[in-house]
Amino acid sequence: MLTLEGVVIRQDAFELRADLDVPDGARVSVIGPSGAGKTTLLNVIAGFFEPSAGRVLWDGRDISRKPPGERGISLLFQDNNLFPHLTVAQNVGLGIDPGLRLTRDQKDRVAAALERVGLAGMGARKPGQLSGGQQGRAGLARILVQGKPLILLDEPFAALGPALRAEMLGLVEDVASEIGATLLMVSHDPGDARRLGGLAILVAEGRAEPPVEVAKLLETPPPALRDYLGH
Amino acid sequence: MTRSGPGWVAAGIVAALILGPLVAVFLRAETGGRVLTSDWAAVRFTILQAVLSAVLSIALAIPVARALARRAFWGRGILITLLGAPFILPVIVAVLGLLAVFGRAGIVNTGLAWLGLPPVSIYGLQGVVLAHVFFNLPLATRIILQGWQGIPAERFRLAANLGLSGVQVARVLEWPMLRAVVPGALMVVFAICLSSFAVALTLGGGPRATTVELAIYQAFNFDFDLGRAARLAVVQLVLAGSAAAVAFWAAVPAGFGAGLGRVVRRWEAETWGARALDATWIGLAAGFLIVPLAMIFLNGVNGLTQVPGVVWRAAGVSVAIALISTLLCIALALSLAMARRGWAEVVALMGIAVSPLVIGTGLFVIVNPWIDPTRLAVPVTALVNALMALPFAMRVLAPDVAKAEADFGRLADALSLRGWARLRWLILPRLRPALGFSAGLAGALSMGDLGVVALFADPDFATLPLQMYRLMGAYRMEAAAGAGLILLALSLGIFWIFDRGGRGDVDA
Repeated sequence: MLTLEGVVIRQDAFELRADLDVPDGARVSVIGPSGAGKTTLLNVIAGFFEPSAGRVLWDGRDISRKPPGERGISLLFQDNNLFPHLTVAQNVGLGIDPGLRLTRDQKDRVAAALERVGLAGMGARKPGQLSGGQQGRAGLARILVQGKPLILLDEPFAALGPALRAEMLGLVEDVASEIGATLLMVSHDPGDARRLGGLAILVAEGRAEPPVEVAKLLETPPPALRDYLGH
Repeated sequence: MTRSGPGWVAAGIVAALILGPLVAVFLRAETGGRVLTSDWAAVRFTILQAVLSAVLSIALAIPVARALARRAFWGRGILITLLGAPFILPVIVAVLGLLAVFGRAGIVNTGLAWLGLPPVSIYGLQGVVLAHVFFNLPLATRIILQGWQGIPAERFRLAANLGLSGVQVARVLEWPMLRAVVPGALMVVFAICLSSFAVALTLGGGPRATTVELAIYQAFNFDFDLGRAARLAVVQLVLAGSAAAVAFWAAVPAGFGAGLGRVVRRWEAETWGARALDATWIGLAAGFLIVPLAMIFLNGVNGLTQVPGVVWRAAGVSVAIALISTLLCIALALSLAMARRGWAEVVALMGIAVSPLVIGTGLFVIVNPWIDPTRLAVPVTALVNALMALPFAMRVLAPDVAKAEADFGRLADALSLRGWARLRWLILPRLRPALGFSAGLAGALSMGDLGVVALFADPDFATLPLQMYRLMGAYRMEAAAGAGLILLALSLGIFWIFDRGGRGDVDA
């Protein structure tokens, strides 16, 4: 279980407070107006931004002081998820060993992960030779081999068209289920949240609310969300 | 963060190598005698020639840059590339080219004699200034051209729409730009010329044309007066250090920057008079640059057969020193750039403020009581050359390290890429073009350097530039020309190989 305990995030005049639990294996969308601090919240959980107060806990253990790579978290950003100078297989392999010294077994795992996301035989290509959707798939293949218990996604498919985005969201869910991981996704599109189902954390007016069911939240939105949705 | 660990080590090494000799120089200078009148003459000449060189270079660069900014013509790209060449052109080779044009038996004096006019001399103040303008006119032109291209094309369109004349455009658009760009360019050229050694060594000399750097060398070589050399080194440090500090912090023009390819359409300049004027300036600048280079090539080919065996041995020494120096320079620059701290940049830039001869003097003073300094000629030359190229390598590498970290730092953190893994999988691949370019600069600068080696070499030892100087001193001009061509080919070759190696197989 992911716990944010009395977390206060300050950045100049900006302030965001979070006090919440995310149950294991949950599908959670992080929604709210732009500039409310959705990405900053994710950065705090991932360890890229230090909160002014409070702790981040995983299964009751404090991970606030750990570097990003040791928090048991896989990430997919909006862009720059792949090193353009490395092959797709190398990019995925970095998820197993940062030194890229892979055994035959581990190489097989990379190939299997690529096959799983629909990139069979494309391991030798460079990211520049892949389409936007394929790059997203390569990122998911790395999450698959990482097998970490928490997956954070920061609007990862914002640049894709609606149909492709829906397809990728389906694949994200499959990957999370196969690992048995908790999924936290920032999205500016309520449609994404509805499609993903599960829970939602509303980030607005300086607070990150505890997760509630997406459907319920979108049906009876609180004022802050209502303004954002434009109902 | 542990990531700045190697940066601290590199900063410590660089600071020790620069400050250690300076301390030695200060200690030694205090015990020395009073300042001689010849020392003051050297200071006066150093400042005079630097002021003249800077003012002339900039004054000539302004019309040339304006012509290049507003004219598209065949060969424009080549000419702009050529304007970058003097940076990696060995000084002594360029001097040889200038001698072939302006020297006693050069093209100009041959022409004057044919017209029945008295010859002009390339030696003394005018020769030193001429050589400095040859080196710095291209640099200044590139800096000012960047200023011109920083004026948005829309402004010129608006000016045309309002019907402004050439003079009015100059007053409204060009004069404000020049006022912003010219002071920095002046300071840069002035600072470069203050530390001139090789030019003064070959074209200056005598009581009336000796720079402080040259005086240091003479105090060593002719009088072996270490106290006086140290005193002069302190003077030089104050002179060049203050000028370099002002120039580098105030202006920071990157003369070898990209993005000079655009030509802005200028309606007010489409008169025949303006066209003729621009063509004249471009022609003169191109001729001033190309004719000496062509003479180096022509005389060099003729002289190749005259080249004695020592030249080839010196060439081998120079290449070896250049490779060691490049390796050192890049290792230091990369460590400092990866630290991404203000102090790292300050340390790297220290090399700008001190001249090779000042550091050389200090190192000589330090090692002299223990070892015969001439036995350390190779390591000292490689080391000092690396320190001198360090500011440029740092300037090239630091922005690319910052960009690689900005784009992929979070991803690398998330994947636990630390230490060697981060270097291997993130930094080195992203920096490859910048590494190639800066290694090329470091290698070429070291190849062409004629500075500290002059203090440490004994008669049996020489780098190629030093060997060339000795051949010139012995009036073996054909052999010197041959050696010059070899040196030029090696310098450009080293630059080309490194730069090329950085560019191959790069993915976006």
